[in-house]
Amino acid sequence: MLNVKDLFVRVEEKEILKGVNLKVNAGEVHAIMGPNGSGKSTLANVLAGKDGYEVTGGEVTFRGKDLFELNPEERAREGLFLAFQYPVEIPGVSNATFLKTALNEIRKYNGLEELDAREFLKYLREKTKILGMDESLISRAVNQGFSGGEKKRNEIFQLQMLQPKLAVLDETDSGLDIDALKIVSSGVNTFRSKDNAVIVVTHYQRLLNYIVPDFVHVLVNGKIVKSGGKELALELEDKGYDHWVKHSDTVGAAV
Amino acid sequence: MTDRTHTKEWYLESFKAFEEGLNGQAGGSFHKIRKDAIKKFEEFDFPTIKNEEWKYTNIANLLKYSFVKTGKTSVSLEEIEEKLIHGLPENIIVLVNGVYNNELTKLLPQAKGVTVDSFSNVLKNNPDFISEYFSKYAKIENGFVALNTAFAQDGIVINVPDNKIIEDPIHILNFTGNDGENALAQPRNLIVLGKGSQVKLVESYHSIGESANLTNVVTEIISGENSYLELYKIQDENTESFHINMTQVEQKKNSNFTTYTVSLGGALTRNDLNTELDDENSQANLYGLYIIDGSQHVDNHTLIDHAKPRCESRELYKGVLGGKSRGVFNGKVFVRKDAQKTNAYQSNKAMLLTKDAMIDTKPQLEIYADDVKCSHGAAIGQLDDESVFYLRSRGIGEEQARAVLIRAFANDVFDEIKLEPLHEHLNNLVFKKLK
Repeated sequence: MLNVKDLFVRVEEKEILKGVNLKVNAGEVHAIMGPNGSGKSTLANVLAGKDGYEVTGGEVTFRGKDLFELNPEERAREGLFLAFQYPVEIPGVSNATFLKTALNEIRKYNGLEELDAREFLKYLREKTKILGMDESLISRAVNQGFSGGEKKRNEIFQLQMLQPKLAVLDETDSGLDIDALKIVSSGVNTFRSKDNAVIVVTHYQRLLNYIVPDFVHVLVNGKIVKSGGKELALELEDKGYDHWVKHSDTVGAAV
Repeated sequence: MTDRTHTKEWYLESFKAFEEGLNGQAGGSFHKIRKDAIKKFEEFDFPTIKNEEWKYTNIANLLKYSFVKTGKTSVSLEEIEEKLIHGLPENIIVLVNGVYNNELTKLLPQAKGVTVDSFSNVLKNNPDFISEYFSKYAKIENGFVALNTAFAQDGIVINVPDNKIIEDPIHILNFTGNDGENALAQPRNLIVLGKGSQVKLVESYHSIGESANLTNVVTEIISGENSYLELYKIQDENTESFHINMTQVEQKKNSNFTTYTVSLGGALTRNDLNTELDDENSQANLYGLYIIDGSQHVDNHTLIDHAKPRCESRELYKGVLGGKSRGVFNGKVFVRKDAQKTNAYQSNKAMLLTKDAMIDTKPQLEIYADDVKCSHGAAIGQLDDESVFYLRSRGIGEEQARAVLIRAFANDVFDEIKLEPLHEHLNNLVFKKLK
């Protein structure tokens, strides 16, 4: 599904990713863990196509296509979804309008018929139930007045609505209490199938108790220094990142 | 190409011809007002950028034309139908080139008791009514108001009796233009609302043909005690035309005046909107929206005069500027010495879509009372890149994402409109302009 080969990315004159290699197949959940500054969010944002990230080497194929040949909306229509770490508020645009427009654009691109208002509403109501969201939130402006936790849950709600092929969750657990964590995790777990894949970017192991990964990668100083199974996460919890930072073969410590 | 002096002479000559055509009216007391007005026009001439109130609005292009009062006084039913608000019954009033057209005007039974007539008819049949109100409120402070006052003959008079509630909107459709001519329309309107009356008024402006026309309109409104007026002004003329609009409102006790000024068309538009809160417990809500591009110029000058205590005013103006367009906002709020317990809130926001678009904004608060709550805010910004990216990351194309965000910015000016079909109508106009 996703093949990241030797990826080098520069942000504001500074090289952040220094040769990342990652292969994700359908049906898999990969966790990317690392200390602050290791490049976790950079990886997530460069995959989504955010401005300000310069690819200086390597390549990424997504479902057989060169990802960097696609603009952000094309990547979304191909099936890539990024759950933002800091979702933005969009006053004046309701969640419903936003999602209906997005969903129909994706459907159109993929040769499916667009949903009319009635069909859309029915679909939307099903999904609000999965995440225990109040229906009134739907007519509110996107993320406006939402708490941090509500914004994160709204990201997973969008995930459920848009049903992408690859979901990249950028520190979805940050700022969440246990209850919110459970709801968000259950939203992701209900989404998981043999036809899609998930990349969970996280600093802490706790989330991985709920969203259990198939593979764990340790990203330090812009490179993946170790990969393993879900036990690796527990090992990290035990030993911390220092162990890997010291062993990283790149000059200059991560902050 | 005409120069300033030539243009001034043109209008002075036109006035002489106009006077000659008046047949007997020329001796009357009303005519004295006209003569005084043309004298003022001669004195003031058209405003230049040296005039403080016209500093950012250069009307030089307007002076290049010799606008004429044209003979076209009618439009087709299809042309009218196109401009109506769908899903809503309306009391329809039609003015073509500033002249009231009785055949095309259709009032509903609900308007029984309301006087709707041409200015010239009322001047002839009920001159006392005219002399009671005419030119008492709209002060002649520049050449345009002087000219309109001097040539005052056509336009509409609406007199709403006490306690009359008119359910559906009164829609005044103004069509200006005639193929191949540069038409001049100078309607003079007078609207008097009786005590306790309630009216919704839509004033829309449209062009006939593609030539440059000048609509120079003055409307005086007297809102009686306890009256309620919603006034929607929609300027949707062709982008060659000039639109100079002065609306002066006098508010009596407990009155509510809510108005929406929507400017979409025109090469140059100047709206002067003034309201005097002349007695206690009144409310004035002024909303404005302008969406312009190319080399359009829109100048909104407002004045809210808190002359008496315990009144409240709210003002929200928003602009979306693309191309090399230019916007001007000057919002004056006067709170006089005796106007204690005044609440006045003003907000003005502009979204610049291109680096050549420009806005000059000048909120002006003059507060002479000491027990008041006043606030004002101005914000000028661009489309938020993060928001655009967020929408794109969900599959919405870049152009559509920008359109969604611009529409969201513009549309909240209309949030308070309760009449759904009217709200829809305005949203559609915005949607069309933003395409």
